[in-house]
Amino acid sequence: MKPWFRPYLGFLVLVAALGLAVDQVLARRRVLEVPRFRAFAGNAEAAEIREVAERVDNAFDAAWKAAGLECSPPAPPLTVYRRVSLALTGTIPSLAEIRALESHSAGEDTLSLWVSYLLADRRSSDYLAERFARAMVGVEDGPFILYRRHRLVSWLSDQIHRNRSYGEWARDLIASSGIWTTRPEVNFVTVTVDPNNEQEGPDEVRLAARVSRAFLGVRIDCVQCHDDKFSDRWKQTHFHELASFFARAEMSITGVRDNPEKKYEYRYLGRSEKEPVLPQVPFQENLLPADGALRDRLARWVTHPENRPFARTLVNRAWALLFQRPLHEPLESIPLDGPFPPGMEILADDLIAHDFDLHRLLRVIASTRVFRLDSTLPAGRREIQAEAVRTFAAFPLTRLRPEQVAGSLLQSASLKTVDANAHVLSRVIRHFQQRDFVRHYGDAGSDEFEVVPGTIPQRLVLMNGSLVKERTKDDLVMNAATRIAALAPAPSAAVEAAYLAVLTRRPSPEESRHFVDRLENDAKVSRAHHLEDLYWTLINSTEFAWNH
Amino acid sequence: MLWEGACGSPDHFSRRTLLKLAGLSGLAWLTPVSRVLAREEERAPKGKPARSVIILWMAGGPSQLETFDPHPETTIAAGTRAIATAAKEIRLAEGLELIAEHMTSVALVRSMVSKEADHERAVYTMKTGYRPVPTVVHPAVGAILCHELPDENVDIPRHISILPDQWPARGGYFGAQFDAFQVHDPRGSIEDITARVPVERRERRLRDLEVVETTFAKGRPADLDATTTLHRHATERALRMMSSEQLVAFDVRQAPASQRAAYGDTAFGRGCLAALRLIERGVRCVEVTLGGWDTHANNHELQRRNVRILDPAFAALLRDLKERDLLDSTLVLCGGEFGRTPKLNPVGGRDHWPYGFSVAIAGGGVRGGQVLGATDPTGERREPSQPVGVADLHATLHAALGINPEKEIVTPVGRPIALSDGRVLRSLLRS
Repeated sequence: MKPWFRPYLGFLVLVAALGLAVDQVLARRRVLEVPRFRAFAGNAEAAEIREVAERVDNAFDAAWKAAGLECSPPAPPLTVYRRVSLALTGTIPSLAEIRALESHSAGEDTLSLWVSYLLADRRSSDYLAERFARAMVGVEDGPFILYRRHRLVSWLSDQIHRNRSYGEWARDLIASSGIWTTRPEVNFVTVTVDPNNEQEGPDEVRLAARVSRAFLGVRIDCVQCHDDKFSDRWKQTHFHELASFFARAEMSITGVRDNPEKKYEYRYLGRSEKEPVLPQVPFQENLLPADGALRDRLARWVTHPENRPFARTLVNRAWALLFQRPLHEPLESIPLDGPFPPGMEILADDLIAHDFDLHRLLRVIASTRVFRLDSTLPAGRREIQAEAVRTFAAFPLTRLRPEQVAGSLLQSASLKTVDANAHVLSRVIRHFQQRDFVRHYGDAGSDEFEVVPGTIPQRLVLMNGSLVKERTKDDLVMNAATRIAALAPAPSAAVEAAYLAVLTRRPSPEESRHFVDRLENDAKVSRAHHLEDLYWTLINSTEFAWNH
Repeated sequence: MLWEGACGSPDHFSRRTLLKLAGLSGLAWLTPVSRVLAREEERAPKGKPARSVIILWMAGGPSQLETFDPHPETTIAAGTRAIATAAKEIRLAEGLELIAEHMTSVALVRSMVSKEADHERAVYTMKTGYRPVPTVVHPAVGAILCHELPDENVDIPRHISILPDQWPARGGYFGAQFDAFQVHDPRGSIEDITARVPVERRERRLRDLEVVETTFAKGRPADLDATTTLHRHATERALRMMSSEQLVAFDVRQAPASQRAAYGDTAFGRGCLAALRLIERGVRCVEVTLGGWDTHANNHELQRRNVRILDPAFAALLRDLKERDLLDSTLVLCGGEFGRTPKLNPVGGRDHWPYGFSVAIAGGGVRGGQVLGATDPTGERREPSQPVGVADLHATLHAALGINPEKEIVTPVGRPIALSDGRVLRSLLRS
C-alpha cells in the first residue's frame, strides 16, 4: 500500500525547505540583533543597585579581614558571564552571545547588562520557576501530580517573568482556593493530596513543613514528633499549631476550599488522647492578622514585611541560585536571631524596601564583587583555603546540575542561542534530548545545593552516551563542531571557537599549541574529525561539568 | 578472558590453593589473587554476617493473599487456593510451587505495617526504612551496605538496580555515588559501557583531556580531585569498568542454557540470574524489579501472571545461591511497597493496603521455615498480630549484615541520624 502522503511528497519537501530558509533568514537577523544588550534598570536604579552591592562587599571585606583571609582576584569576565547564564537559564552562553558581550566597550558594565538581558528572556523565568518549584512542591511525580506540577511551574514562570512581587505570589500559593486547572497556584496545596485518597484532602503536616522551610527558612518540621532535642527553641506544639492553619482545606467539586467545620486534632508525645490544636504561628505572633480565613491570615503573616525570616529565606535562595551555594547553610535552616552571614541583613533590608523584587535582588547579588571573584584560591595553608571557600573569599566550585550539563551540552552544539526564538524543531529536539539525558545522568532531586562529586554513570554518559556522540559527530546541519571545522579560517580560530562554545573561555597558550598543532599536522583525518575529538575532550573535562 | 568453571578461572581456585600460591610466591598483593581471596573470604562460614543483599522488588504492591499469605476458602481469598510447602506449617498461594520447595530456607513476615499508602512515599519508606521528610534523603539498604563495607577490588558498581522503575534505590545523604547503577534487561552489553571510537582514538582523547585538566588545575589545591570533584577518580573508575572482565556478569547470555531456562525466559528471570552472577563477583547489593503488581482491577489474573514470572526466578536464585555456598553470605528479600486490600473492589481489583502485608527473606543468617505475624482471615481487622514496622525490618537486615543499625551518621544538614530507628527482630535470625 502506498503511504498516504506520497502524492504530496514534493509539496511537503518544498514547504519544509521554505520553512528552513525563512528560519535561517530570521535567525541571521536575530543574531544581528543580539550585539547590544539593553539596560533593564534605569540609571537611578542601577546606581542604587551598585550602592547596595558595595555595602554587601564591604560587609564581606570586614569579615575576611577579621578572619585574616585574603580574597581571590576577580575572575575573567567570560567566566562570570558563564556563571550568570548557568544560574539564570541553566545553560552556558552561546558563541553568538559571547561575541555580542565582547563587542561592548570596556567602560560599560557589561555584566549588569547581561543579567538584565537574561532576566528579560523567557529561558530565565522558565528555569528559575523549576528551581523554585523544587523548594515549593519538591520533585514528587506520578501521573496526576506531574500534570499539576507542570501547571504550577508555568504559573511560577509567569510570575517571575512579570517580576511580580515575591510576597504576592507567595501569598497566592499559600492561600488560594479553586480548581487546579484554572488556578495553577492552588497546586501548592493539592500536590499534598494523596491521589488514592482524595477525600482526606490536603495534608496539613506536609504543607506546614513546606511553608516553614520554603518561605521561612526554619525546619520546625523536625519537631513534628517530639520537642527539639538540640535546643529549647522549638516545641512539638509549634509545628502542629502551624499545621492547623491548613486543617480546613479540603477538596470539593469546586477544587480546594476551606471548610470552617474541619478541625485539627493531634496526640502529642506523652499524651494519651488526641486534642484539638488551635492555629498559631511559631514566632512573631503580633504580626498575625486577626481577621480572615485561616490560610489567608497565615499567608499575610508569612509575607509581612516585618517577618524578616521570609526576606532572609529569599535572599539565601537567590544567593544559592547565583553561587550554587547558599549564603547560610543549610539553605532552609536560618537561625531566627542570628548570627547572620555578611550581607544577609543588607540584602534583606533592600528586598523588603522594594516589595520583594526578585529581579532586583538577583541584580544586586550579581553586581557584588564577591560574585565576580575567581574560584582559584590565593596560595595558603589548606585550612585557610577551606575557610576562604566557606566564606566566599573565593567563588565556590560546585558541580553542575544534570539539566545544566544537558543544557550546556546542547547549547555548545549550536553556534546560535537555543532560546524561545530558536526554530521550533530545535527546541522540541532539545526538550526531548535534555529529558533523556537527565534521566540517564541522574536528577539531583530537591537537594539541589549540596556539593556532591561526580559519579561513574555520569562519566559513562558523557564519555560514551548517545547525546554526546549525536551532538559532536560530523554533521554540518546540526552540530557546531562540524560548522566550526568548515567555517573557521584557520586552525587557531577553530580551536578558539570550540573553546568559547564549550568552556566559555579561550584556550591557554599551551592548549592552543597542542590542539592547533594537531589540526595543522595530522592530515590523516579531516578537520571535522579533529573538532569532534576536541569537543569530546572539552565536554569531558572537569571544567565543563563544574561551575567555577 | 577466563571462562567460568574453566581451569584457572576464579571459580576453579580453592581458597587453600590460592593461599599456598600466594604464600610461596609472596604475590598475595597481586590484584587478581587478592580479589579471588576476597571473594572466597566472602563465602562466609555459618555464623558470620551476610555480605551481600539481593532485593527482589515487587513494584506496585503485590497482593499478600495471592503470594505469601493466602487465606484459602475464606471470603477474602475470593477463590485463591493455597499449596503445601517444604516447611510443614507454611502454605503459599497457588502458583508458587517452585518457591514452596525452598521454604525451609525462607522466613515470611506476614505482618508488615507501614504508614504510607501512596506509591512514591511507600517505596521510599520500604527502601530506606524511614518515611520521607523534607529535611533529608535517607539512603537505601544497598547504599548503606556499600558505605559500611567498602571493597576496592570490584571494578563494577557495587550497588545495582536491574530493570529499575521510576524510583530506584538511592544513595541519599551518602551522595549520588552510592545511587544504584541502573541497568536494563541483562541480555547484552549495558548502556554507555562501550566507547564509541576505536581504542587508539579514545586514548588520544584521554591524553588531550589531561591538557585541559592541567590548565584547570592551575591555582587550585593539589587534592581538589581527591577531596571535592572526584572527576578524574570517577573517570578512572568508569574506564576500569569499561575494560573489566567482571562486566561479563551483566550478560546472562553467557550462562548455560539450562541455567537460563530455570530462571524463566523473562526480563525479571534474567535479572535474577544477573544478580547471582554479580554477587559472585563481589557486588554488594542488587535490586531486581518486577513491576505490574498494582492491580486495582482484575487482580487475580494480573497477580497470577506476575506469580508465574516470580516463582521460577526466585526459586532458581535460591537454589543457585545454595549450590554455590553463597546463601549464608547473601540476604535475599522479596517484597513491595505495600500489600493489597483483603476485599475485592467492584472491578475485581485490590487497592493499596499498608496494614499487614508480606515480605519473604532468605539466606544471610535468617532462620528459614518460619512465619512471623498473622493477618485476620476475615479481613475485618486491620492490625495484624505481631506487627512489624518497616524500620524494624531494616534494623533486622542491618543486623544480619553485621551493621549496627544504631550507628549514627552526621548528615549533610548536620543532623545525626541512626542508620535505622527500628528494633532488631532477633527471632528471624539464627544467632
